[in-house]
Amino acid sequence: MGATASKLPKDQLSEYQVTNLTGYIYLIELFSRAHKRFNELLEREDRQQIGGSRVPMNKILTLPELKSNPFRRRICQVFSTSDLRDGSLSFEDFLDLLSAFSDSATLEIKSHYAFRIFDFDDDGTLDTGDLEKLVNCLTGEMDNTRLTSEEMKQLINNILEESDIDKDGTVNLSEFQHVISRSPDFVSSFKIVL
Amino acid sequence: RKKLIATLRGKPWPMRKKLPTLRESQVFVEKYEGALGKGRGRRLYAYKVMMRKKWMKFQRDFENFKTACIPWEMKIKEIESHFGSSVASYFLFLRWMYGINMILFSLTFGLVMVPEALMARPYGSIPRKTVPREEQANAMDFAGYAKYSVLFYGYYNNQRAIGWLKFRMPLSYFLVGVGTVAYSYMVVIRTMARNAKEDGGGDDTSFNFSWKIFTSWDYLIGNTETADNKFASITTSFKEAIVEEQESRKDDNIHLTRFLRVLANFLVLCCLAGSGYLIYFVVRRSQKFALEGLDNYGWWERNEVNMVMSLLGMFCPMLFDVISTLENYHPRIALQWQLGRIFALFLGNLYTFIIALMDQINLKRAEEEKVKFNMTIWQANLYNGTLPENSTAIPIMVDPADVPRGPCWETMVGQEFVRLIISDTMTTYITLLIGDFLRAVLVRFLNHCWCWDLEYGFPSYSEFDVSGNVLGLIFNQGMIWMGAFYAPCLPALNLLRLHVSMYLQCWAVMCCNVPQERVFKASGSNNFYMAMLLVILFLSTLPAIYTIVSIPPSFDCGPFSGKSRMFDVIQETLETDFPAWFGKVFSYASNPGLVLPFLLLMVLAIYYLHSTSKTYKHANLELKKKLQAINFISVYLVNAILFSKTQHLSNWLLASSSICILFYSHSLCCLSPGQPSIVCSSLLYSKVNCPATLLLAVRANGYQCNLVLGVRLQQLSSTVITLRDYVFFFFQLLPLGVATADHLPPSCPIHCLLYFDTNHLHVHLHYIHKPSLRSTSSPSTRQLHL
Repeated sequence: MGATASKLPKDQLSEYQVTNLTGYIYLIELFSRAHKRFNELLEREDRQQIGGSRVPMNKILTLPELKSNPFRRRICQVFSTSDLRDGSLSFEDFLDLLSAFSDSATLEIKSHYAFRIFDFDDDGTLDTGDLEKLVNCLTGEMDNTRLTSEEMKQLINNILEESDIDKDGTVNLSEFQHVISRSPDFVSSFKIVL
Repeated sequence: RKKLIATLRGKPWPMRKKLPTLRESQVFVEKYEGALGKGRGRRLYAYKVMMRKKWMKFQRDFENFKTACIPWEMKIKEIESHFGSSVASYFLFLRWMYGINMILFSLTFGLVMVPEALMARPYGSIPRKTVPREEQANAMDFAGYAKYSVLFYGYYNNQRAIGWLKFRMPLSYFLVGVGTVAYSYMVVIRTMARNAKEDGGGDDTSFNFSWKIFTSWDYLIGNTETADNKFASITTSFKEAIVEEQESRKDDNIHLTRFLRVLANFLVLCCLAGSGYLIYFVVRRSQKFALEGLDNYGWWERNEVNMVMSLLGMFCPMLFDVISTLENYHPRIALQWQLGRIFALFLGNLYTFIIALMDQINLKRAEEEKVKFNMTIWQANLYNGTLPENSTAIPIMVDPADVPRGPCWETMVGQEFVRLIISDTMTTYITLLIGDFLRAVLVRFLNHCWCWDLEYGFPSYSEFDVSGNVLGLIFNQGMIWMGAFYAPCLPALNLLRLHVSMYLQCWAVMCCNVPQERVFKASGSNNFYMAMLLVILFLSTLPAIYTIVSIPPSFDCGPFSGKSRMFDVIQETLETDFPAWFGKVFSYASNPGLVLPFLLLMVLAIYYLHSTSKTYKHANLELKKKLQAINFISVYLVNAILFSKTQHLSNWLLASSSICILFYSHSLCCLSPGQPSIVCSSLLYSKVNCPATLLLAVRANGYQCNLVLGVRLQQLSSTVITLRDYVFFFFQLLPLGVATADHLPPSCPIHCLLYFDTNHLHVHLHYIHKPSLRSTSSPSTRQLHL
């Protein structure tokens, strides 16, 4: 079962290093780990050609790192490049995911992907609907932890008041990046380690 | 292309796009790079290119190697995934401290202890290096022999140059002492600056709600229990923040609250004073014991001072916690008060300890005179009065252990610090084992046979107290800094202690602690802890500096014996080892006439930097206001630039853009969304070439319509005379994102521009599609040009 990183040729590895954000030794380690984990998620018959096959979303969601994350579905959808828009990830998408969530990703990349993850309706801005869904994700699944609708309205008003600079009622990418760049613990909390 | 390759990492493109781009660029670069070096010097160029590639590869490998070498990385990551980033920040701090102590240790070990051990005269050769006869009976324990070794100040000989290297021992001792302090300052300040830069450069605004919603989830959390806790804490913090925001300050009972707070502060002050006095009293008592001989007393009396200090450090914070319930503050403010009080407690204790130590130092110095007198008598007895007084004595072989010794206050100080640190360490470990481990064991195993649920009820599992631990670490380091000059072994001891702490605490956290219920932001306090470290560094080097500068060293021990002040060694080195002109330069440099202007210059520089930073902050605010208008302005400018082929209109740009900024901010303030209203302002500039402008804004039904009507008066430029009026008409339709979920405005502003130029009428119709992330970021415009 154990797939090894040596299946990939060396120049491809170094290519990955330039495009990817992890150091070389970590890369080999990370690669073999990522490879192994990805392999485990694939069906047996697809294991030979790891390049082209995709893992369906429900399998990805069983990864322990993503299991407790309230945004796991959005993460899968954002990083998926599949045409069916079903959230399935190929190996390259998986690497993209790890790379964006890694330690050495820049603030720009992290905020870009964070924006896409929070944008539930994929329209390029965070409007009231998106913010509402976001808050509901953060407060958990149970009913007793959810906010009442007045609290929700108040919260969203406060958020828009703070972050919406051009007062158009939505938070676009540059406003989001402006808020995030001031936050001291975004970079350290937006991290996933395999 | 090369730049593209270099910046490819930073671009948020999916892998599918990056890889082909990379391959393409690499092929391109390879193809054309060789071509650049055609002709003369081609070989050199190719060689340079190859070297550069090799260098980059080497750098990359070195980076990887460095990353792999970072100690304890996996342990800390594991803790991070279970407990979140605030607990992990303690361990990162511990690791950073370990790094600093490693450097301090290498300095003291390499430059002070090793030369003395290897090159100077060995143990037993001269009186100061031998255990005196009367102490040899009970010198078998660690304290006895250690006192007379390289670990403490007293062992060092004051010979100016030792060994075949002519190593200047006293100079090295002094400079290492100064160097450790200087290095610590530099590292702490550099880390503070780096943290401040990461924090976003001193902007005053804090986006409380936005941060809560966007950054509060910790993506490292991998286990469900922690996740549930995190959900609960996020919900509580939302609710709290909302309530705080809504609630106007309830002013009833403010007198009661104020009275309670004053009472609480008074109690705390009493506690602090009490603990200070207790320490002073105990130190005095230990002096009395020392005078009467320590053999009569048991272990407690001997170590009374240290135990009392450690116990106070353990119990007083709990007391402060109880007192602070009187005050009824918001938890974050209460935490800050608590930290401040613990800080004051530790500081007070430390300084009382030092003052008591000063008393002992003075006692020992008073003893010196007596001992000197006794030594002359002893020497006279040695020769049995056979020689006349002013002839040189024939050296008689005396066993060094028998020579009467003078008191050595420096070694005593060093010893006290070592004992303090050891007892502090022991207390910490014992508290850890009992408070955390034993408690967890009891809760786990007694839960079956107990009346109430131990796990949720009273004892339950303990949480990891980040701030308490960090404070302990900081104060420990302060003690090291204080004592390192007199006991070169202290950095080594601390290194060992930190090493053991790391493993012990990692194990304890994973084994006995539960994730915190109330999760505080880790990094907001990052600079706070650095600032405290800086203050402690300053305060702990003060006593050492005071003793160096004002107290003469003992005449019979240490590398500075025989001098009137310790820093005379510098003077001596300047006179003897350096050429004459060097000494003159230094004496000029230390002239007050030169130092005072220099100080004045530094004060002026600080003032200047402070005022420029204020200017930058102000400029920031102004830019922010401009940012609000950018939605309007950029569109406007795009239009205007399209027509600036004629130079007449380019004058418009500056004037009109400033008008529009004014207008926009003006309109934002006055208009309230949802109500139709009209703002009409007419501005007339007195500047040359500025037109009269009529601005009209109408807001209704979620749209805002801006009209700018400008009539150009005569142009006063001499090159072009025109009395023609340029009628300028600008119409903009902007949808407003009014927050009603059912009425979502379309995101396409419409702009219509009418412009007269000599013989032509230009009409431009712009339709701007608001940029989404899928497309490139510049707005696409469709134009209709008649």
